[in-house]
Amino acid sequence: MKSREKWIERALLLAALSSVTMLALIAVFVFVEGTPIMVREGIGHFILGRRWAPTKEAYGILPMIVGSIWVTIGALVIAGPFGLACAVFLVEVAPRRVADIVRPAIQLLAGIPSVVYGFVGIIVLVPLVRERLGGPGLSILSAAVILGIMVLPTVISISQDALEAVPRSYREGALALGCTQWQAISRVVVPAARSGIGTAIVLGMGRAIGETMAVIMVVGNAVKMPGSLLDPARTLTSNIALEMAYAAGEHREALFATGVVLFIFTMALNTLAVLQSKRRTRD
Amino acid sequence: MRRTRPEMVHRVAIALLWSVGGLTLALLALIVAIIMVKGLPMVTPHFLLASPERMGREGGIFPTIVGTVLLTVVALALATPLGVGTAIYLTEYTRAGRLSTVIRFGVDCLAGVPSIIFGLFGFVFFVIALKMGWSVLSGGLTLAVMVLPTIMRTAEEAMLAVPASYREVSYGAGATTWQTATRVVLPVALPGIVTGVVLAIGRCVGETAAVIFTAGTALRLPISLLQPVRTMAVHFYIIAREGLSMPHAYGTAAVLIIVILAVNLVANAVMMRFRARVT
Repeated sequence: MKSREKWIERALLLAALSSVTMLALIAVFVFVEGTPIMVREGIGHFILGRRWAPTKEAYGILPMIVGSIWVTIGALVIAGPFGLACAVFLVEVAPRRVADIVRPAIQLLAGIPSVVYGFVGIIVLVPLVRERLGGPGLSILSAAVILGIMVLPTVISISQDALEAVPRSYREGALALGCTQWQAISRVVVPAARSGIGTAIVLGMGRAIGETMAVIMVVGNAVKMPGSLLDPARTLTSNIALEMAYAAGEHREALFATGVVLFIFTMALNTLAVLQSKRRTRD
Repeated sequence: MRRTRPEMVHRVAIALLWSVGGLTLALLALIVAIIMVKGLPMVTPHFLLASPERMGREGGIFPTIVGTVLLTVVALALATPLGVGTAIYLTEYTRAGRLSTVIRFGVDCLAGVPSIIFGLFGFVFFVIALKMGWSVLSGGLTLAVMVLPTIMRTAEEAMLAVPASYREVSYGAGATTWQTATRVVLPVALPGIVTGVVLAIGRCVGETAAVIFTAGTALRLPISLLQPVRTMAVHFYIIAREGLSMPHAYGTAAVLIIVILAVNLVANAVMMRFRARVT
């Protein structure tokens, strides 16, 4: 009996280590494939190079890095305030019956496949941007709007948790001092939840920078430094997905190297989010 | 009566918050409507049960449904025991400590890895290093790694929600940790765990980037787990991007949306039962 329990505990520990093991495997395999070419070309050259022409053995991914950053910032400019407002609405304002309708709707938004978002972007948003604002329509702006909608559920649900964790007494105290409900929300509740809201924004950024299929469909994918929001661009993710199907040899290594850069970006954001939520639990 | 300024600001702000809530609902309704209005009429028994012809310009989507189901089954068959096992270990065997911190951090990081990176990894690891080729197995295993955090986190949350008194009674009756976990905690937490699994099904069905480089894009029906398949999401991506057939693209998107709607309905219904049970 005792030894059986011991074996079960060992088996469970093994299962528990599977996530860490897989994460390590992912890092090792992607880095092993991707770093040799970065070292050969020079890391500075690879990251700061402006020319990407695999047929001429030019591998510079600066335009993709800039494209990814633009698209991500754009998405967060939309999803940040909107998501926070929606979370405040759900936690502070909405009657229970209304919240019970909006919450599953947000969950559903999170469940819609990214290819479907991309498709909706192509048929609705891209023509709209082209006709109203000019340019080819396939642009950073279109990608940012679609991504903004896609990361909205992440921002809302984590901000919501943060707002719900603010003790009731904070609100009651503010109201007792004669604050309006809005003053209580904007000057007491939201500031008290700010580190959780920060986590929400950071995780939203992680999702936005890593999103692939929806972005490919609306961002235009041109390899050049974007000059304005209405220009097409290429992101790190779309660079990989577009060329992976036919890449071989050095070209494929360069795509894995793009993956290495993307991996480092997302892990940095994740670590930031984890550290931030640690600080919150200590407070 | 004159209203004070803060009161006016309050009224405007609350009105704005209501409109944000409304706008979110409208956004969802708009996206679903855009797909359904043109897509739903395409979804006929023939569309679901026929094979695609001329690369998907005509015919149905049957092989892609089979591909999606097979990949999802393989993914869950692996990810469910691993995810639930992790949750049992973290909640029943070790509460806090350096090891559980490392494991939780690993799970959090894995959840944040972009799907295209899973695709790259699955390609070099399963397809090439383990010589599985583009196949149901490669795609399914890649998806398993991807949905592991979803299953593990919901299972952990569900098990943590089981009141401590249940465990105390079980231990008091002389049960071992494993007996307590499997006969007392798991049955109570089951609906919560099922919710996680159902949400993972949704992620598997909708995933494209991680699947396209691991399961391939073949349109034939597979006769073994080592053959390539094309999932619905990949099929949709290909016909939409290459502009092969807009009606077929809409139809496939409609099927995807219906599956996701169903998955969410089931997940919510199960979760509701769970809440009723633990509170």
